Amino acid sequence: MITLSIFSNIHQWLLGVLPDESTVHVVELITIALVYLALFALTGLFLVYAERRIAGFFQLRLGPNRVGPFGLFQTLADALKLVSKELTGTVKADKFLYHLAPYFVIISALVTLSIIPFSQEIQVFDIDIGIFFFAAVSSLGVIGIFLAGWSSNNKYSLIGGMRTGLQMVSYELSIGMAIVTIVLLSGTLQMSQIIEAQRHTWNIFQGHISSLIAFMVIMIASTAETNRTPFDLVEAESELGAGFHTEYSGMNFAYFFLAEFINMFISATIIVVLFFGGWLSPFGITDGIPFMGAFWFILKVAFIIFLFMWFRWTFPRLRIDQVLKLEWKYLLPINIVNVVFMAFLVWMGLTL
Amino acid sequence: MSYIGEITGGIKSLLMGMSVTGKYFLINFFTRRDVITEQYPDNINTLKMFDRFRGEVVMWHNENNEHRCTGCSACERACPNGTIEILWKKVVNPETGKGRRAIDKHIYHLGMCTMCGLCIEACPTNAIEWGQEYHHPTYDRTKLTKVLNKPGSKLMQGTKE
Repeated sequence: MITLSIFSNIHQWLLGVLPDESTVHVVELITIALVYLALFALTGLFLVYAERRIAGFFQLRLGPNRVGPFGLFQTLADALKLVSKELTGTVKADKFLYHLAPYFVIISALVTLSIIPFSQEIQVFDIDIGIFFFAAVSSLGVIGIFLAGWSSNNKYSLIGGMRTGLQMVSYELSIGMAIVTIVLLSGTLQMSQIIEAQRHTWNIFQGHISSLIAFMVIMIASTAETNRTPFDLVEAESELGAGFHTEYSGMNFAYFFLAEFINMFISATIIVVLFFGGWLSPFGITDGIPFMGAFWFILKVAFIIFLFMWFRWTFPRLRIDQVLKLEWKYLLPINIVNVVFMAFLVWMGLTL
Repeated sequence: MSYIGEITGGIKSLLMGMSVTGKYFLINFFTRRDVITEQYPDNINTLKMFDRFRGEVVMWHNENNEHRCTGCSACERACPNGTIEILWKKVVNPETGKGRRAIDKHIYHLGMCTMCGLCIEACPTNAIEWGQEYHHPTYDRTKLTKVLNKPGSKLMQGTKE
């Protein structure tokens, strides 16, 4: 749970107001859930804005700059439009699964948020198998996308959903192996301890070339996992309409869209925790100052997200056979060799 | 060995692509130097269109208010949807006393024009050409019907008929 002093004050106050400790616990959990929901709806909106703005600069345009200062409220207006829209659907769709699918995607994205350490104090759920929990829960999202593709009763949606199945199941393997490489180095699965193990040197420098290879692999695999552009053949606009969410409109579509951006945020946070020392400041320059942990964390995450966007506006889309070739012929063999190499480094004590 | 070569070659080409786009991003993020977006309603007074922009058909006039239109009506015949109408008048040459047909009004219905450019290609004397004016909205549809030759203008001397 969050261990900030202000929160312990609230905890004491709630203990005084409410009858017993279990009620206080439930109230606190619900409050945190609501705060996180609100916070990440805003984060998603901001990321959509940032994506469009950055895309503009890459393409010698300006991007949205009309609504509010620097166009900051553009995506808010878009979201309001989506909320007010009618929920349409196909006549022969499998209604139950059709309406269930977006919740699978958004809930699996939101559950993963609970293990993210924003700073030393701000972490909702510091479970001792944290990174394993991430790998397990984030895989649930693929079911939602698959259900959406299947239940829409539309051939483009189905092709999009099938491609998702292929792609996400393949690339999860690479993410898992890259995580294993770093777990070997840190010797723990708990998020806070992985960060604590990097206090003298970040993991990306600790493991020499092995860490660097793992970082490159996880960057590529995360891009594929979040269905972003070099690997966006799930929704390849020119071939499949909008892929698995062709038949969705209004809020159901917005859930998919928001989940995509929250997933990108989560992938970036996992990379920051594994390789760039989470909330640790470089060389410990701001160790004594409160709340600087969250600042450094957000800064690093923003940089990784910028890298994702940079990929998106640079590389052309891969074909489905190229996607599978990249995973099974290149990333996976490299990764397996890399895990063995990292194990050797750790065994011989050659890490920094 | 080609396996390793493919990987390094791939990484090298990816980084090269990223360096190109990254350069453009940095330039435009900090200086907006290469941004080609025109913020249309804001810069309405200063915005100039490029030379080959097809805004409207205009008739060229020199400083003595003379044009090159002989009234041959090649443009009227070339126009696919009747955008151009030509009205005639008779002018009498004061020296010889002979009457001669000349153009009275070159009427151009901008509201119907598809900017196909066939009239400009058909013109034997290059009397009409493309204008770069792009801002045409009016509250009255009749204002889109224009007379291209200016009032009191004459045929330029030496124009071959």
